[in-house]
Amino acid sequence: MIHSLFLINNAGDLFLEKHWKSVISRSICDYFFEAREKAVEPDNVPPVIRSPHHYLINIYREKIFFVSVIQTEVPPLFVIEFLHRVAETFQDYFGECSETTIKDNVVIVYELLEEMLDNGFPLATESNILKELIRPPTILRSMVNTITGSSNVGETLPTGQLSSIPWRRAGVKYTNNEAYFDVVEEIDAILDKSGTTVFAEIQGVIDACVKLSGMPDLSLSFMNPRLLDDVSFHPCVRYKRWESERVISFIPPDGNFQLMSYHISAQNLVAIPIYVKQNISFFETGSSGRLDITVGPKQTMGKTVECLVVTVHMPKVVLSANLNATQGTYNYDPVTKILLWDIGKLNPQKLPNLKGSLSLQSGAPKPEESPSLNIDLKIQQLAISGLKVNRLDMYGEKYKPFKGVKYVTKAGKFQVRT
Amino acid sequence: MLGMSANSVSYNEQSSVESGVDAAQENSSIPASSSGGLFSADYKKNEDLKEMLESSKESLKLEAMKRIVGLIAKGKNASELFPAVVKNVASKNIELKKLVYVYLVRYAEEQQDLALLSISTFQRALKDPNQLIRASALRVLSSIRVPIIVPIMMLSIKEASTDLSPYVRKTAAHAIQKLYSLDPDQKEHLIEVIEKLLKDKSTLVAGSVVMAFEEVCPDRIDLIHKNYRKLCNLLVDVEEWGQVVIIHMLTRYARTQFVSPWREDAVFDENSEKAFYDSEEERRVEQSKPYIMDPDHRLLLRNTKPLLQSRNTAVVMAVSQLYWHLAPTHELSIITKSLVRLLRSHREVQYIVLQNIATMSIQRKGMFEPFMKSFYVRSTDATHIKTLKLEILTNLANEANISTILREFQTYVKSQDKAFAAATIQAIGRCATNISEVTDTCLNGLVLLLSNRDETVVAESVVVIKKLLQTQPSQHSDIIKHMAKLFDNITVSMARASILWLMGEYCEHVPKIAPDVLRKMAKTFTSEEDIVKLQTVNLAAKLYLTNSKQTKLLTQYILNLGKYDQSYDIRDRTRFIRQLIVPNEKSGALSKYARRILMAPKPAPVLQSAFKDRDRFQLGTLSHSLNSQANGYLELSDWPAVAPDQSVRIVEVVEPVKEAGAPVFGKSKPGKSDEKFYSDSEEEEEEEEEGSSSEDSSSSSSEESESESESEENSDDSNKSSSSQSDSEKKKKTLKNKKLQQQKPDSKDRKQKNGSAVKGESRSESESASESSSSESSSESGSELDSDSDSGTDQKKNTRSKPVQSKPVTTQVEKKEVSLLDLDDFSPAAVTTPKSSILSPSLLSDLQGLSISPTASALQASSPVFVPETSRELLHRMTGKGLSAQYRFTRQPCIYGNSMVSLQLTLSNSSDQALENIHISEKSSTGQNIHRFNAIERLEPQASVTVSMGVDFNDSTQAANFQLCTKEDEFSVSIQPAVGELLLPITMSEADFTKEQSKLVGMNESSATITMTPENVSSQSVNRKVVSVANLGVIPSSQENIHRFAGKTVSSGCLVLVSVALKDPDAVITINTENTVMASMLLRQFKTALTNSGP
Repeated sequence: MIHSLFLINNAGDLFLEKHWKSVISRSICDYFFEAREKAVEPDNVPPVIRSPHHYLINIYREKIFFVSVIQTEVPPLFVIEFLHRVAETFQDYFGECSETTIKDNVVIVYELLEEMLDNGFPLATESNILKELIRPPTILRSMVNTITGSSNVGETLPTGQLSSIPWRRAGVKYTNNEAYFDVVEEIDAILDKSGTTVFAEIQGVIDACVKLSGMPDLSLSFMNPRLLDDVSFHPCVRYKRWESERVISFIPPDGNFQLMSYHISAQNLVAIPIYVKQNISFFETGSSGRLDITVGPKQTMGKTVECLVVTVHMPKVVLSANLNATQGTYNYDPVTKILLWDIGKLNPQKLPNLKGSLSLQSGAPKPEESPSLNIDLKIQQLAISGLKVNRLDMYGEKYKPFKGVKYVTKAGKFQVRT
Repeated sequence: MLGMSANSVSYNEQSSVESGVDAAQENSSIPASSSGGLFSADYKKNEDLKEMLESSKESLKLEAMKRIVGLIAKGKNASELFPAVVKNVASKNIELKKLVYVYLVRYAEEQQDLALLSISTFQRALKDPNQLIRASALRVLSSIRVPIIVPIMMLSIKEASTDLSPYVRKTAAHAIQKLYSLDPDQKEHLIEVIEKLLKDKSTLVAGSVVMAFEEVCPDRIDLIHKNYRKLCNLLVDVEEWGQVVIIHMLTRYARTQFVSPWREDAVFDENSEKAFYDSEEERRVEQSKPYIMDPDHRLLLRNTKPLLQSRNTAVVMAVSQLYWHLAPTHELSIITKSLVRLLRSHREVQYIVLQNIATMSIQRKGMFEPFMKSFYVRSTDATHIKTLKLEILTNLANEANISTILREFQTYVKSQDKAFAAATIQAIGRCATNISEVTDTCLNGLVLLLSNRDETVVAESVVVIKKLLQTQPSQHSDIIKHMAKLFDNITVSMARASILWLMGEYCEHVPKIAPDVLRKMAKTFTSEEDIVKLQTVNLAAKLYLTNSKQTKLLTQYILNLGKYDQSYDIRDRTRFIRQLIVPNEKSGALSKYARRILMAPKPAPVLQSAFKDRDRFQLGTLSHSLNSQANGYLELSDWPAVAPDQSVRIVEVVEPVKEAGAPVFGKSKPGKSDEKFYSDSEEEEEEEEEGSSSEDSSSSSSEESESESESEENSDDSNKSSSSQSDSEKKKKTLKNKKLQQQKPDSKDRKQKNGSAVKGESRSESESASESSSSESSSESGSELDSDSDSGTDQKKNTRSKPVQSKPVTTQVEKKEVSLLDLDDFSPAAVTTPKSSILSPSLLSDLQGLSISPTASALQASSPVFVPETSRELLHRMTGKGLSAQYRFTRQPCIYGNSMVSLQLTLSNSSDQALENIHISEKSSTGQNIHRFNAIERLEPQASVTVSMGVDFNDSTQAANFQLCTKEDEFSVSIQPAVGELLLPITMSEADFTKEQSKLVGMNESSATITMTPENVSSQSVNRKVVSVANLGVIPSSQENIHRFAGKTVSSGCLVLVSVALKDPDAVITINTENTVMASMLLRQFKTALTNSGP
């Protein structure tokens, strides 16, 4: 399975290596560097690269390439999924997954990698188990450790490792028992020039933060579970119960986790909260162009649209933009050719408008491609699909927990073609 | 010590100190350090570490080890510290010990002798009472790659494989692979251990041991037989990584043990266009056939299905490939949704999943067609993702959806990513060759692209046009002429070469232009690229042969230029051509055939998917991703013609093995009992067999019945939330439930019947089915399966041992589950039922779009707002002697001609013999121009087929009469269009609408006032009514009470503007159009529609 792992930053410096079987020389990464150079953009590096005797499977996350070396046949998704899990574990432990934090915590990183794989096969990837084996660093702990000489490595086998519920540790205790659920929905949509929806779907997740003592058994039910036709669950959810009763029943992991994700693809269920009227045109002569964008509310269910941002990737020949925004601020970066218009809250009485002229490189032919608009937005207290949590019940423990549900709608990959 | 205090504040600082030293180390070359490097800075540094390691203070040692691990992480050599480090292997400090282990594993191979010093410590640790210590000792011991200790390793593995702790046994399974790679001679002994561990019942061990099996002895399929059912049942509870490995192994296993579930004639069924309405039929045929799926085969499919919901993308992919390789065709559709879901994941995941979908979509378009839009490209996608999506869209293209796809492609052509735009043009070319109906339209669209300003786009278009023209050159001399005109402006050499080649190849079609092009080329020859020069020489030669009078001199001139060219390729070619075409005494016999050589008809290139042959590799594998066999790839065998003996999988005795090392969850806590339906929980099974736990099993069965009754309630009243009860309530509820059960024996009976009616399968199969998916009744798992599919003896034993009162209850539950389960097992298959293909071609608009000229007028054709689903009778089956036909207006622009109305015809055969050669006769009785559908060669009994045709009604409602013919008969049929169908919707701005309206006044305006029925007054219902009557586009209106609609007539293209002004309770309908006859007919229809109540 996974033979070695190399971490490489955006500049091409190899800053960490770990081998689970015999040592493979880091010169193997030359094949990766070659592909990296060819791809120009880091996003375009092919995830699977072949060398004469090895295969390099890599992911790119947080400006770091995780390059793993494989020698024999293995499902590529297996490796990719694992590498992402590694990145997520780092994030979980150090707050962020960056070159600096990895370098700063190199010993913990090494201990983690040692626990996560044995002979290249995943051993412990649940964050609850790992945290018992290797305690995450905190300022207080590192102080105490240096004074007392104690370590941040657990001495006994985490009970979760052996039980049928590996995701939860035993003996959890809280003074305030609370369980919070965030229903986060993202709208993925493509609208065409005339505002017609070409494609729209909702990607939803329910993120949970559960801090409950003991072994609580929760069940979460929805007002309208029929909405959900395609779901995937955290391993803790009892799938059979969902199949038969449409109730999510589970013993939660301790702390933050993603309970489930769902996907609503039926287009008639997807409300598009805003409309965009845009006109971007370039003139044949005089190397200039005009831009006029207006954003207005469409189906907002009476809620306010916040954090509205419009991003336009301009053609290469656009040098600068002289615009006037009735609301918010705009910024054109002539290097990346990105026009960013930060609107903020959408006021239905006075629609925000951005208007003005663009100046092009003189002499260059007028660009033929039409830039597309990417929209970012947020609507609080609304799940755009209309999904509603009905109730949350707890069994198995005596105390009364504090429960809360929050709804947020965001724009996912929301694109307007021009 | 000073350094120590600095380090101790935080790790940050320590690393900064370290990096300074590292820099020093980098300066001194690496070989120096390995050869001792006594005088380098590096030496001093390591000396420092050595001192720290040898100090008596634990914290100092730890600090040193941390820094050493830092060195290892950076790939620096720290091997000469080995003696100092290895001394600490027996340290009490667990973190220090772990770090020493890390070091040891890294360098043991280089320092074998020294490494041996540590072995005894591990041997001691293997006997430690703490399972974590035992396990980690085995892990490190087996990771030390020193051949001398192989016997010790072997012994330790054998011992650990019988350890009480499943965690240690898991480690033993991992150690097997390590030992095998160190010394392959141990294979036989290791297989023994694997055999033993395969019997292990712990979910913790299963994944790891199967991994070892795959690595050491993947061909020993016989080891799996006895464990097959257990693995299937454990699968849900195995950790996700183990699941992937087990599923891949079981896929291979199943392909050797079961017979093919695919009907021979059905395998490529989906390739044809009738893909989407076969599921219903196929199932029927499936059942009528004698093929009965092996219950074990079914067990595997059933137990893997829930894993499609896993959060781990690798698991979802593994199950998908299992279904792809093992499931009957009609069950395949359930994986589609899950695969599409994965597309939301990370970029790398998308890449792999899209590759697999690309392979699947070649064979089964129908699977992914409903999700076509999920493959639409976003401008933010990475290039390789874009290309894969394009590939899939091209694979999915068929007659029905091609217009939608081409419209999508047309936006891609304008993309800023030029490489992607070029790939799109290639994709258009592939669609054009695959779907002959659109070849011409695509070609015209591509010609329009030739005036694009971007070179890569133009070049790619030329190349694709060249390929397309090769299929039918004679009709396209105008396109060749057009390209000749563009020739001067095109600078990309590949495109220029392609045009020259076309000129030469078809010089007879363009006799005037070709010599002129050659003349121009003669002027610029020296400054051209090599590839262009070669084609120029080619062109000259071909012209010389066909038209020597005009081009003789030119040819000689060019040949002379070529003779002295810098490139030897060109000199070579020139010499060859000259000898070939210019007859002289030296030239051989070949020149007689020059014309036949140069002007030979060339076969048209085949444009096909790059994923055409990928399916020779198992999906989801590395080999599939790379499209070449990776090391260690295990071929998937073909289905056996006859299934091997199934009895090998029967397990005689279920051995009760207690997992002593594991804390016994479940039993001890009341909250746990729910947990069990999730797993197969052998413990419970054991207890049942022992017959010693009547209390427990009764409580669990009461729980079952409870949840069952709950689910009944639920189905009655879905609003009521269902919830299980707290302990205190439970008892009451249990009693109540018992009563309930007694009261309702009837309903139970009925359900039983239902269940057995629905499943049409053999008994043993349904038995195992119910077992594997019974949600609450976990008590039967495992044992039930074994006993039921076995001969009766076991069953008897089982019944005897079960507590008497629990027996009827559980069977009832079980029966009920059967019906439930069979229903939802079949429902996914129904998902694929005919999705009406509304997406009928509308190429007209696409073509307009393909031109990138900024002339896009205010009037844009748009897609219809509403497409009526109702179809009308064309031919009744009685009159048609079994053939019946229905037609429906698709309201899309017709692909066959600009002035045609597009129709969709559904032909079905209700007779009992196949109908052959169904077509529309050539002679049409009325004057209308009809585009006939391609003759249908054969229509099987009970089958139906949908075809599309076009009729030019000439903007009149006169019926189109024509003959529908079969091989034997002719039937006169007629289609009478409603006036509203003769329109096509257009969109325009409100301002444009009023402007156009003001032009069409007086004679051209007709209006009427009507009284609206109250339910029609809302704007929605007005819109709906109007668009259902006529195929019009809705114009956004700024006034609340005025609704505007616009369309144009199909044939003449004259505008039809409709506005409805509401003045409560009256409404004024105004129609502005030049076609006054149509206006009055429309007006009449709107009146009836808007005054009538009802939907």
